[in-house]
Amino acid sequence: MAVISVEKDFDTLSLTLVAEFDAPIERVWQLWADPRQLERWWGPPTHPSTFEKHDLAVGGYVTYFMTDPAGEMSHGWWQVTSVDPPRSLEFTDGFANQDGTPNPETPITKVRMRLNDHEGGTRMDLRFVFSSPEHMELLEGWGAFEVFPLSVGQMDALLDTS
Amino acid sequence: MVVDKPTDEEVDLLFHALADTTRRDILRRCTRSEPSVSQLADLYPISFAAVQKHVAVLERAGLVSKERHGRERLVRTDGNAVARARQVLDELETVWRGRVGRMADLFGQAPPQEANSSSSGQC
Repeated sequence: MAVISVEKDFDTLSLTLVAEFDAPIERVWQLWADPRQLERWWGPPTHPSTFEKHDLAVGGYVTYFMTDPAGEMSHGWWQVTSVDPPRSLEFTDGFANQDGTPNPETPITKVRMRLNDHEGGTRMDLRFVFSSPEHMELLEGWGAFEVFPLSVGQMDALLDTS
Repeated sequence: MVVDKPTDEEVDLLFHALADTTRRDILRRCTRSEPSVSQLADLYPISFAAVQKHVAVLERAGLVSKERHGRERLVRTDGNAVARARQVLDELETVWRGRVGRMADLFGQAPPQEANSSSSGQC
């Protein structure tokens, strides 16, 4: 199993994931640094992803869209905040409008990715944080229009398992 | 806070609590701030006692809790916030477990030039 551990902190809305790969660091880095390789793992087979912009420099943007089975496209973006090939990458990840511009009404996630040599392979540490203004935005946004559907969704799940 | 396997009775309480427009409105307001019962009572053309009853129904369903703050009773949705946080992080975990799995598969499919062909199977 590539995923070694997952830790979630519900108070700070953060998640830490550790994975190990039987591949050298440079090879793992290429999966992030080469958009054609990135496309092969970013979206699930049912939602293939296409990367348009891919500028891994501080302040640079990466933009992509995923296409669902019905042909609907959902757009996303990263803005790189720190990069040190082939060891680390930090970026902000968010949703975009149909034209690829960041949608300010949706939550963003700060992502930190680190690669280290580990027993002949590579260990990848990923940390995701919803920073506090976005955290509030997220809760507010959901509270404003999704409390009811969410609760119903939870109930559906409960009823399915009972 | 979040009950893993609610009983039928708990599900009934939840449905009942959400089946009323005023109670849904109270719930929405409580996700944005922590109003007191009397502040809520000012918002609706119903009696203070009626608003208190609505809050009590939401409370029994585990959707809000009341906290004494001086002379006031503040209504909050902590349990719900935890449930939302849980859902967001659970989704994130699912997405990234999928991504990491696909990354690992790529190493299996296209070994690098200097690959030492170790026979690690895919999980």
